[in-house]
Amino acid sequence: MHELHERLKAIFPLGELTVQRPDLAFITLGREHLRPLLLELRHRHGFTHLVLLTAVDWIEEGCFQLTYLLNDRAGARDLGLRVMLPREGASMESIHDLWPTAATYQRELREMFGIDFPASPGVDEPFILEGWRDIPPYRRDFDTLKFAEENFNQRPGRATLDPARHMRDRLHPEGE
Amino acid sequence: MKEELEKRVVKGPDGVEFEVDPLRDYYCQSAPTVMPPAYIKIVEELFNWARAESIWILGFGTGCGAIEMRPLMTPRFDAYRYGIQWRPTPRQANLFVISGYLSVKTLKRAIRSYEQMQNPKYVVGLGSCTINGGMYWDSYNTIKRLDDYLPVDLYITGCMPRPEALLAGFQELKRLIRAGQAEGANRYAEQFEWYKANQKRVIHDWDMPDYNW
Ligand code: SF4
Repeated sequence: MHELHERLKAIFPLGELTVQRPDLAFITLGREHLRPLLLELRHRHGFTHLVLLTAVDWIEEGCFQLTYLLNDRAGARDLGLRVMLPREGASMESIHDLWPTAATYQRELREMFGIDFPASPGVDEPFILEGWRDIPPYRRDFDTLKFAEENFNQRPGRATLDPARHMRDRLHPEGE
Repeated sequence: MKEELEKRVVKGPDGVEFEVDPLRDYYCQSAPTVMPPAYIKIVEELFNWARAESIWILGFGTGCGAIEMRPLMTPRFDAYRYGIQWRPTPRQANLFVISGYLSVKTLKRAIRSYEQMQNPKYVVGLGSCTINGGMYWDSYNTIKRLDDYLPVDLYITGCMPRPEALLAGFQELKRLIRAGQAEGANRYAEQFEWYKANQKRVIHDWDMPDYNW
C-alpha cells in the first residue's frame, strides 16, 4: 500500500495514507483529482471494482465526507478514497459512467444526505423514502427521536432497561 | 401522483377514444360495511367454529418475524396440522400476520393487501415492533403501534416470537374466533374514518383510493 501511495503521489497531490490493515488503506484527496485517480487506479493498478460509495456527515466541520471504496481483486486489497465536500449545497461530480452501480449509491446519497450528483441517472427520483417532507434523514441535524415522537403515535408504558443492571438485579440481587 | 394514476384519454383497439380515471374506474369507491352476525346464535356459532378451523394466512412478510414463518410451514413445526395454511394472494387469505416492524412504505402495501382480503378476516401483530415500535422505537421510518392503522385481533409478544409462540397464538386466535371476539374487520368498518385519518397522517403520498376492495 505504501508503495502504491508513493507511486500515486508522484502524479497527484494526495493527502496522508491511513493504513487500517495490510490490505486496507484510505487516502484523502481534493475533489478535482478524484476522477483521474479513479481512472488511474482502475486501468493501471487493478482496482476494477467499486465496493461502495458512502458518506459521513462531519457537521462540526461543516462538510460531508464521501468514501469511494475500491477493490483490487487480483491483489486482494481495498483502497478507500475520501473526498470532503462543503455541507452547504453539497454537490459532487457523478461517476456513473465509470461504474454504473455508482448511480444507485448516488441516488441513495441524494435522498438520505441531500448530496446532489448532477446528471446521474434517476438521481432526482424518490429511491427508498416515499412522500418524505423533512430534511434528509441521515443528516446529523435531523433529530430522529423528535421526528418519531411527533409523527407516530406512541403506546404509553414503554420502559427501557439497562441490560447489564437488569440481569444483575434479576439473577444476583444480593451481590454487586 | 404517479403517472399511471393520472386521468388520461386512451384509444381502444376499435379506434374509439375514451377517458380513463384510474382511481375512480379501476377501484371500488364504497367503504367497507359491518357484517352483522347470523340471524340466530347457534348458526353464528357454527359459522365461527368453521371460521376458526379454516385459517388461511396471507404470505406477506414484513420485518424480521417473517423468517419464523418458514419453519412453521415446513415439517419441523408443521402448522398445517392445525388447519392453518399459507396463501399467495390477499383474495384467498383471511389472516394477515404482520410479522414485525412496518416502515411507512410497507404500511401502504399492507393496508392495500388488508383491504383486498375478503371478510371474515383477522390481523395478528407479531413481535414488539408491532406493539410499541420495539427496537425501532425512535426510527424515523417505522410506525410504533399497529392498532392505530389496522384492526389487530391478537398480538404475539417476543423479539422475535419463536414458532411455538406463533402456534400458541394461533390456538388463542381460534379461541377468540369461536367466542365471536375476533371482530377486527367490523371495527375497521365502524371506525373507518378514524383508521383512514391515522393512515393518512403518516402516509404523505396517498395515491390510492380510500378503499380499494
Ligand atoms: S420485534 Fe424484533 S424480530 Fe420482530 S421485527 Fe421487531 S426487531 Fe425484528
